[in-house]
Amino acid sequence: MNPLLGSLPMRKTLLGVLAAAALLILPFVAALGGQAWVRIVDFAILYVFLALGLNIVVGFAGLLDLGYIAFYAVGAYLWALLASPHFGIHLPFWVILPLGAIVACFFGVILGAPTLKLRGDYLAIVTLGFGEIVRIFMNNLNAPINITNGPQGINMIDPVAIGGFKFSAPSTIFGITFSGPQKYYYLLLLLVLAVILVNYRLQHSRIGRAWQAIREDEIAAKAIGINTRNMKLLAFAMGASFGGIAGGIFAAMQGFVSPESFSLIESVMILAMVVLGGMGHIPGVILGAVLLTILPELLRYAVVPVQKALFGEVLADPESLRMLIFGLALVLVMRFKPAGLWPSPDRRRELAEKAR
Amino acid sequence: MSVMDVAKEVLLEAQAVAKHFGGVKALRDVSLTIRKGEIYGLIGPNGAGKTTFFNCMTGLYIPDGGGFVFDGAPLKANAPHQAAERGIARTFQNIRLFGNMSALDNVMVGCHVRTRKGVFGAVLRDRSTREEEAAIRRRAEELLHYVGVEDRAEDLAKNLSYGDQRRLEIARALATDPKLLCLDEPAAGMNGTETEELRVLIEGIRDDGITILLIEHDVKLVMGLCDRVAVLDYGALIIEDVPAVVQHDPRVIEAYIGVAA
Repeated sequence: MNPLLGSLPMRKTLLGVLAAAALLILPFVAALGGQAWVRIVDFAILYVFLALGLNIVVGFAGLLDLGYIAFYAVGAYLWALLASPHFGIHLPFWVILPLGAIVACFFGVILGAPTLKLRGDYLAIVTLGFGEIVRIFMNNLNAPINITNGPQGINMIDPVAIGGFKFSAPSTIFGITFSGPQKYYYLLLLLVLAVILVNYRLQHSRIGRAWQAIREDEIAAKAIGINTRNMKLLAFAMGASFGGIAGGIFAAMQGFVSPESFSLIESVMILAMVVLGGMGHIPGVILGAVLLTILPELLRYAVVPVQKALFGEVLADPESLRMLIFGLALVLVMRFKPAGLWPSPDRRRELAEKAR
Repeated sequence: MSVMDVAKEVLLEAQAVAKHFGGVKALRDVSLTIRKGEIYGLIGPNGAGKTTFFNCMTGLYIPDGGGFVFDGAPLKANAPHQAAERGIARTFQNIRLFGNMSALDNVMVGCHVRTRKGVFGAVLRDRSTREEEAAIRRRAEELLHYVGVEDRAEDLAKNLSYGDQRRLEIARALATDPKLLCLDEPAAGMNGTETEELRVLIEGIRDDGITILLIEHDVKLVMGLCDRVAVLDYGALIIEDVPAVVQHDPRVIEAYIGVAA
């Protein structure tokens, strides 16, 4: 053994310290490519947050939810309405964020309740419908009373602020200048670490086991006394509250929300993150979310220069080519790694046995 | 209360339970009584309505008529998890384990109905939650040992042998702390040795004070094991008595072998 690396627990600690250091300096590394990249990293973390929320519903409880973005929308609009000139209300973030979680949780329960008897494809179709209903509501609730300002969306939303310390503007602390997106990065990192902890602890608890049992065999789960209705509603509610919090941060970061941000494709993307990474496996879901946020951005920057180098001109529209490559990547992953890029050990075993 | 009184106390009473699927009358006003501490056999030819009776009792089906009184109070229809809460546990004819969970986890999830900690406990992991979790684990390990599959605790349930799966399902049912354990054809597909081991296990469970309702095809096993036996044929109860009487009843012989030419 290399004496420099020490024993296994030592090495684990060392790895942990290195990972923490990497996470701390990441926004400054990203800033080398411009503030746009810091913003992309911010979004990657936001999507990790969302994917982990959806993972509770899809990965733990096995409920295929295609309308998850609705809760993100609820959280975002709640922030927009309570902290913008639209109604002239400016509540602080420590009021809105918990409120966003509670309201989204409430929506999770009322949208979840009618779907309790449905499974698989049918559940997916109904939740997809709910997701669209929420978006269309946002789009049309500008008359007779203007609540959401319709398709124009809501502008000039307050950023996250603690006292006079605003996350939107740069500030200098200890001689280091932090830009707005860099400050949001640290806030998001803190929140996402909390969500990872909550996810992990839920999975390895009485509640997590009950969810897994429902996913495996609902009838047997009922027969041993699990109240499947309440457990499913709990999964919807938990997932929805995380969506609501993420939505609030999103609204504050962007300063602007409109119904366009909450289309079906967003729901599909978040689901793809969960499935591609490895359903029910927390590290896998994180990987899936990071890859699916960063990869399309990389492609956005690569598509035009690569075409110019190969053909001397731009033959295909960058946007459609980007989606094409992206789709192809998804198909390939599902073909060669059907359990996801980083599945849980159990799930990997399961698929290996099926193949045999 | 003397020992004899306890032995005679009624645990479950089925009152004229009826169930039909379209035109098929699966159960025709079946009434029977299971007493505390006995092993009660329910037999009958294929399609006689044994499993239907089970499903009505455990809340998976809603009976079209009649009902059940369990431990002094009526059972609510169509509420499986409440049946388990009241103290009725069951196994399934076609084993229904949580295949992708470990054997230990299967039994631990069985403790769900007798434990209380919710989301906040799970997230905060306070002392009482950790204690409950440890107690669940201890109990599950005990039960695995009790049914004899402790060596496979960490294996996925679906990778266990057929006999071990049957035993694991019994352990999971016992984890709900039942008053009445309902076994749906536990000996199906077992060889002689395995059936004998199962017999010992069932007797042990009864000796621990749990009443047992046994659906079984293996007539020899039922007659040797049960204190009383009920026979169903075409959805109707034809006799309910001690094995010695049931065995020689002409109606039972007719139901199983057919009428003599």
